[in-house]
Amino acid sequence: MTIRNYYNEMTDEAGRVRAHYAAYASWLSEMPEERLAQKRAEADALFHRYGITFAVYGDKDAGTERLIPFDIIPRIIPADEWQMLAAGLCQRVRALNLFIRDIYHDQAILKAGRIPAEQVLNNAQYRKVMQGVDVPGEIYAHIAGVDVVRAGQGEYYVLEDNLRVPSGVSYMLENRKMMMRLFPRLFSRYRVAPVDHYPDMLLNTLRSVAPTGVADPTVVVMTPGAYNSAYFEHAFLAQQMGVELVEGQDMFVRDDQVFMRTTRGPQRVDVIYRRVDDDFLDPLAFRPDSVLGVPGLLQAYRAGRVTLCNAIGSGVADDKSIYPYVPEMVRFYLGEEPILHNVPTYLCRKPDDLRYVLDKLPELVVKEVHGAGGYGMLVGPAATQAEIEAFREILVKHPERYIAQPTLALSACPTFVDAGIAPRHIDLRPFVLSGEAVQLIPGGLTRVALREGSLVVNSSQGGGTKDTWVLEA
Amino acid sequence: MLSRTADHLYWMARYMERAENIARILDVNLRMSMMPQSAVQEEQAWGATLRIMGLEGAFHQRYAEISPDAVLEFMVFDTDNPSSVRNCLRAARENAHAVRGTLTSELWETTNGTWLKMRDFTPEMLADAGAGEFFEWVKYRSHLSRGVTIGTMLQDESLRFIRIGTFLERADNTARILDVKYQLLLPAGEVEGGAADYYQWSALLRSVSAFEVYRKVYRDLITPSRVAELLLLRVDMPRSIARCMKEVYANLREVANDHSAETERRAGELEAQLRFGRIEDIVRDGLHNYVVRLLARVQDLGNRIADDFLVPLS
Repeated sequence: MTIRNYYNEMTDEAGRVRAHYAAYASWLSEMPEERLAQKRAEADALFHRYGITFAVYGDKDAGTERLIPFDIIPRIIPADEWQMLAAGLCQRVRALNLFIRDIYHDQAILKAGRIPAEQVLNNAQYRKVMQGVDVPGEIYAHIAGVDVVRAGQGEYYVLEDNLRVPSGVSYMLENRKMMMRLFPRLFSRYRVAPVDHYPDMLLNTLRSVAPTGVADPTVVVMTPGAYNSAYFEHAFLAQQMGVELVEGQDMFVRDDQVFMRTTRGPQRVDVIYRRVDDDFLDPLAFRPDSVLGVPGLLQAYRAGRVTLCNAIGSGVADDKSIYPYVPEMVRFYLGEEPILHNVPTYLCRKPDDLRYVLDKLPELVVKEVHGAGGYGMLVGPAATQAEIEAFREILVKHPERYIAQPTLALSACPTFVDAGIAPRHIDLRPFVLSGEAVQLIPGGLTRVALREGSLVVNSSQGGGTKDTWVLEA
Repeated sequence: MLSRTADHLYWMARYMERAENIARILDVNLRMSMMPQSAVQEEQAWGATLRIMGLEGAFHQRYAEISPDAVLEFMVFDTDNPSSVRNCLRAARENAHAVRGTLTSELWETTNGTWLKMRDFTPEMLADAGAGEFFEWVKYRSHLSRGVTIGTMLQDESLRFIRIGTFLERADNTARILDVKYQLLLPAGEVEGGAADYYQWSALLRSVSAFEVYRKVYRDLITPSRVAELLLLRVDMPRSIARCMKEVYANLREVANDHSAETERRAGELEAQLRFGRIEDIVRDGLHNYVVRLLARVQDLGNRIADDFLVPLS
C-alpha cells in the first residue's frame, strides 16, 4: 500500500527542511551512516542490558522478553504546536472526566439526548457497581494516554483516548535518557523540554486523590505480575516514585480497609495506581476465576477507604463506540469548541453508516470496538480482495462490534532503518494527568511503523519508538 | 517492605550463592581429576559432589553411571536439575526480575547480565575451553553481585534479607562440603593425622578459598581437624559456619518483628555455640553427627524466617 501525500515532519512539500528541524538536519547530514549504525547498536545493547523490554504473552523463558526497537532519530515538535496540542488534550481529558462522573450519577448528557443512552448503559465497559459512587476530587481518569496522529497537511487528530491502563510512559523516559547518553552534544544545540519529572508529577497526582482525611497517604503500584507485557513499566514507575510494587496476593481487605503484607506486619494502603484491568481487580465482584486481584477491594473502594487510579468503569469513555461523541462532551460540559479533532468515524451499528462502510471497505480502516493492540482490524487499502470479503461477512453478522474510519495518511518522520534514513509513519501518545490540576509533561511516546508503508505502530506488531522532543519557546 | 519482596530478595541471594558453591565444588573435582588417581577414587569424588547437594537419586534417574562429563552436564546445564548452575542463575535472575524496582540498577544489570551470558554457554564450549574458566566466571559473577549489593544498596531491610539469604545458603553449603569430604577423606576408624592426603585436603581448602587462609592462621601442616576447625569455628574466615551464623544473627536482629523472637533466639544460640565451640569436643563426638545436626538447625532457621517474614499468613 502506498499512502501518498502524507505530511513529512522534517521537510515541506518542496523538500525544504522545516525551520524547527534545521539544526538537527544539518547535524544529521554530517553524520556518516556507519556512525549512526554504531549508535543504534550501542542503544540496543544498553536497552538489553538494562532489561528495558516487554514480555510477549506465552513467551515465558526468563530473559527472552523482547526489545522494542528504538530509533535514534528524534521526532521534533515546535513550541507553538505543542501549546495547541497541550491545551486540546487537557480540554479533552477534563471533558472525559466530567462525562464519566455524569454517567455514574445524573446522566445529564443522556437525558439531554446528546449521546444515545443505550450506547453508554449497555456498553460492556459500563460498571453498574459505580453508580452513585463518589470518588475523591471527582476524578476518574487520572492517567490518560491519548493517541494523536497528524494527517493531511499536518492537522492533528485524536485517534483514541486510552483511559484504562495506558502504557508507554517508561519508554518515553528511557528513550530520552538513551538519547542524552548517545548524543549529548545535540542537546546543547536544542532547547528540548525536559520530561524527567514525570514520576514526581505522577506521585503528586496520586497523593492528591487519596481518601479524605488521610494526611500522609501510602501509594502503591499494582501489577498483574512479572509476566505481564508492561511489567517493566510497572516496576519502573514504582521505583521512580519510591513506592511499593504490589501484586494482588500482597494485599488483603479487613474492615473495608486495604492492607499490604509486609515483613513488619500489615500496612495500610490508601491509593492504588492499578495496572490491572477492572475485570481482574476483585474476584468477589468481577471474574471469580481471577487470581490477580484482591477479594473485597471493590467494597473498600465503594466505602471510600481506598482510591483506585484509574477509577473502575473509566473504560466506558474510551470505548471506540463512545469516541465519536467526545467533541460533543467538550461542548456539553465545558461550553467550549474542541481544540483537537476526531477522526471521522462510522458506527457500523447504524444502518446508514454500515451501508457506507460496506460500500467503501477497500478505502477504510475497520476496527473492533473493544479491540486493542492492532488486532482484529482491517486496513482496507492494504488488504487483499479475499480479506475484504471475509471481513464483509463478519461485518454483516456483527455490525455492532465494529467502527470504521478513513485510512489516514499518517505523517512520517525520518527513521534510521536497514536501508538507511527513510520516512516512516508515526503517531504520538502524550500522557495527561488529572489530580488537583490537569497537566501533562511536554512530550510523549512517539511510535513508529518500521516497515515501509505500514501504518501499524503497535509494539506488539513490530512497531518501534523514538524520542519526542518538544522545543521550548 | 513487602513480604513477597523480601522473599524474592532472599532467594535471589541464595540462588546466586548456591551457583557459586556448586562451581567451587565442581572446580575442585576437576582439579583433582588431573592428579593421578584410581578409577574408583575418581568415581567416589564425583559421586560425593552429587551427595553434597543431595542429588544422587535425581542424577541416577537421568544417567546410567557417574562420569566427569555426565556430572558436569547435570550440575551445570541440566534444566531438570533445580540446583544446576544454569537453573540457579536463572532463578536468581527471575527473583531479581520480580523485584527489579527494589534493586539498584547496578545490581539488576549484574544479575540480568549474568543470566544472559549463561544462556550462551554450551557443554561443547566447556569441553573446548576448559570448564575451569567457566567456574572462575561463575565465582566472579557471584563476587561481583555481592560487591555491587554491598556497594550500592541502601542499608535497609532489602539489604538485610539479601544478606540473610547469602549467609544461610553459604552455611548450608560449607557444612555439606565439609561433611562429605571429611567422610570421604577420613575412612571410618582412621585417626586423624594418618594417611590423609595433602592434595585432597588442600583441594578441600581451595574449594572454599581457604588454602592461603589456612597457612596464615595455622602456619603448620594441614590436618583434618584443623581444616574442620577453620570451616566450622573460625569467625574470621569468611566462608566458615561461625562467620555465616554471625552474619545471619546480626542481620536478623535488624529486621526483627513482633513474632520473630524465637527465631532470633535460635539463631543467637547457634551463633554463640559456634563462637565458643571447641574442635576437640566436636571431633570426639563425631564430626558427621555434628554436621547433620548443624544442617538441621540451619534448615530450621530457614523455615522459621520464611514463616516470620516472607510468607506471613495475614
